[in-house]
Amino acid sequence: METFVLNLLAATLRVATPLLLAALGEMLIERSGVLNLGIEGTMFFGAFVGFVVADHTGSLWLGFWAAVLSGVAAGVLMAFFSVSLGVNQHVSGLGITLLLGGMALFAFRLLYGGRSVPPSIEPFPQLSLFEGVPVLGVLFRQYLFTYIAFLVLVPLAWWLMYHTSFGLNVRAVGENPEAADAAGVDVFRIRYIALAIGGGLIAAGGAFLSLAQLGSFTHGVVSGRGWVALALVIFGNWDPLRVMVGSLIFGGTFALQLRLQAMGLNLPVPYETFLALPYLVTIAALIIAGRNATYPAALLKPYKRE
Amino acid sequence: MYLVEMLGITKRFGALVANDRIDFNLKPGEIHALLGENGAGKTTLMRILYGLYRADEGQIRVQGRNVHIRSPRDALTLGIGMVTQHFALVPPLTVAENIVLGYTDDFRLNREAIRQAVAEAEERFQIYVDPDAVVQHLSVGQKQRVEILKALYRNARVLILDEPTAVLVPQEVDNLFQTLERLREQGFSIVFISHKLDEVMRISDRVTVLRDGRVVGTVPTAETNERELARMMVGRETFGVTRQEIHQGEEPLLRLENVWANDDQGLPALKSVSLTVRAGEILGIAGVGGNGQKELSEVLSGMRAPTRGRVLVGERDLTGAEPVEFADAGVGRIPEDRHEGVVADLTVAENLALEHLDAFTRNGLLDRKAMLEHAEHLIREFQIKARPTDKAGKLSGGNMQKVILARVLSRQPKVVIAAQPTRGLDIGATEYVRQQLLAQRDRGAAVLLISEDLDEILALSDRIAVIYEGEIVGELPASEATPERLGLLMAGATKEQGRAGTATATTSH
Repeated sequence: METFVLNLLAATLRVATPLLLAALGEMLIERSGVLNLGIEGTMFFGAFVGFVVADHTGSLWLGFWAAVLSGVAAGVLMAFFSVSLGVNQHVSGLGITLLLGGMALFAFRLLYGGRSVPPSIEPFPQLSLFEGVPVLGVLFRQYLFTYIAFLVLVPLAWWLMYHTSFGLNVRAVGENPEAADAAGVDVFRIRYIALAIGGGLIAAGGAFLSLAQLGSFTHGVVSGRGWVALALVIFGNWDPLRVMVGSLIFGGTFALQLRLQAMGLNLPVPYETFLALPYLVTIAALIIAGRNATYPAALLKPYKRE
Repeated sequence: MYLVEMLGITKRFGALVANDRIDFNLKPGEIHALLGENGAGKTTLMRILYGLYRADEGQIRVQGRNVHIRSPRDALTLGIGMVTQHFALVPPLTVAENIVLGYTDDFRLNREAIRQAVAEAEERFQIYVDPDAVVQHLSVGQKQRVEILKALYRNARVLILDEPTAVLVPQEVDNLFQTLERLREQGFSIVFISHKLDEVMRISDRVTVLRDGRVVGTVPTAETNERELARMMVGRETFGVTRQEIHQGEEPLLRLENVWANDDQGLPALKSVSLTVRAGEILGIAGVGGNGQKELSEVLSGMRAPTRGRVLVGERDLTGAEPVEFADAGVGRIPEDRHEGVVADLTVAENLALEHLDAFTRNGLLDRKAMLEHAEHLIREFQIKARPTDKAGKLSGGNMQKVILARVLSRQPKVVIAAQPTRGLDIGATEYVRQQLLAQRDRGAAVLLISEDLDEILALSDRIAVIYEGEIVGELPASEATPERLGLLMAGATKEQGRAGTATATTSH
């Protein structure tokens, strides 16, 4: 029982990592007043670019950084449409998700053809911080990205949002761009920067899936995790710490359902019920938390000077 | 030597010439009033000076040098700050954060240093607001102080205030004027945009009057008077409306008994409100915006159900009834937001027929001809400057309001609920609307007038009730009402109870 719980907790952190990376990126973007529905496509594209570059160069790190760069590019593309041109954010975001999803699959087919067994690479290793120590040894056997996401990025995002002039500018631009503009803040520049950084984080979440967790790239590698991250931002009320809590809840349910499936319990329900569990929990959490969500006031509104 | 000179400024919006070769100048250490009706071009001119608009023609000089102002940032660099009518503040941020926003070079925000710098500025200018308070929790007067402080913190030497008193209660106006006088002593120059003659006479050193985008003249305040300024402003003597005392009916047409209602967030917005409006009287509801006025007018038209209490029209109990039942009972409503009162995409004729389509239906089809005739008749009667086939959304604010008045008043309602009926209208349209409301009263209707404009309340009402935080904190006959007494009630400083004629002051709590 004890090992079951420990393994469950360790798996929770692992499953939560890509969600946390993507949700932190999306949070930064939405705080600046842009809803980035390109998140699912950006994650998928990041997973693809990371895998292909790593496979062809033999360097996992080159693959990872190439994925981050592709995410930055996706963010800048989103900024060009929704910030510079003022296109409806739903339309431009969904467009980017469709575009990147299609491009990744198309290029994957060109490069690898239609194989029955997906190509694979040797993924990033897990790092043990407390090898041999009971309890801690199990919990702290994680990928480097998991440590960075939870121990570095969450505090960093919090510090950036509330203790720097950049964070102040982002919050002001997302709440009242007219006021920020009148106060001398460059609204367009801030939104471009937020989308570039956020896009990079989202793609890093995708790359984590293909380069660390799976070591391969498949059609369903992301399977809606981008949309879950989008929901986590609302659940977390645009606050880094609460977004982290949300990613742990989802990660925990996901890890639990995997184990329930594996246990082969003889229950009168089909196994798909377990698969649906994390998503049902997400919906329930959203319904509860979403009622009191305080959206950034300028979300979805393109800013134009008169 | 002028601090700021604007020479031959012209600004066009499409076919409209908002500013037509305007000359304006500002001396160091003066309060210069910019006076004119709505649409005279006052705000446009100052938005050009602050870099929010670009002039099509003309020249701006600051301290004798030609300058190009392309953004508020440029203006602030030249020492020009502006407090616009809609405050440029970020509601969820603190006062200190709003003040330093866009004006700090350090990447890391040193909260302690910022708080200290803001506190020092407050001390220097004697404008006090808690630097740690979140802006959305502040009163309108406090927000205005933050805006002034923000401009001064950025080293503005020229302060432009756009209709700064429009949102304030009388006591806050006094407070503001003291601040402005202190700033003048310290050598600051202030442009005071207003259409209120008494305030201009009280605070300014010089007055520039605009009409239809042109300068009518610039005069030292000491050498002019309200009459002359009014004549310059509207091009004729103004009369305003006069209210004749008439004998009021005894019959109560509208009664509210201990009505409670919640706002959109589910918090109580009306707390045990009891009111009676009799035939042939206007009951004015005075109060600063956001104290329950919106909910009150919605409760009285069936748009919002009270949580407790009763609403009676005549002898009919309409508590929680649908809008159509209120209309059937003879309640006409002029909504607070006139864009909510018309359907912008429909024509004037369609809008005029909207609330009683049954009358224009034959065999289940609309009788277009009857609708057009009906519209032409009302357009004549209510002096609407529009054709029946014009889209309602294209009309000016005044004409849109006349469409709503025509639709509501042509049905001879027993009860009229008028919410902010003249907000944003110019003097001509305002006078027209007020005359119509008085005509309804003289006809024997019960009129409930909800307005944030104290002058309007005082000019029209037979009795006045003051609403504060959802409570009626005082009710008094118009003959006993003064702006000071109402102002204290509106600010929640005192509470007076009693009915018309027997108003007595009680201690505040």
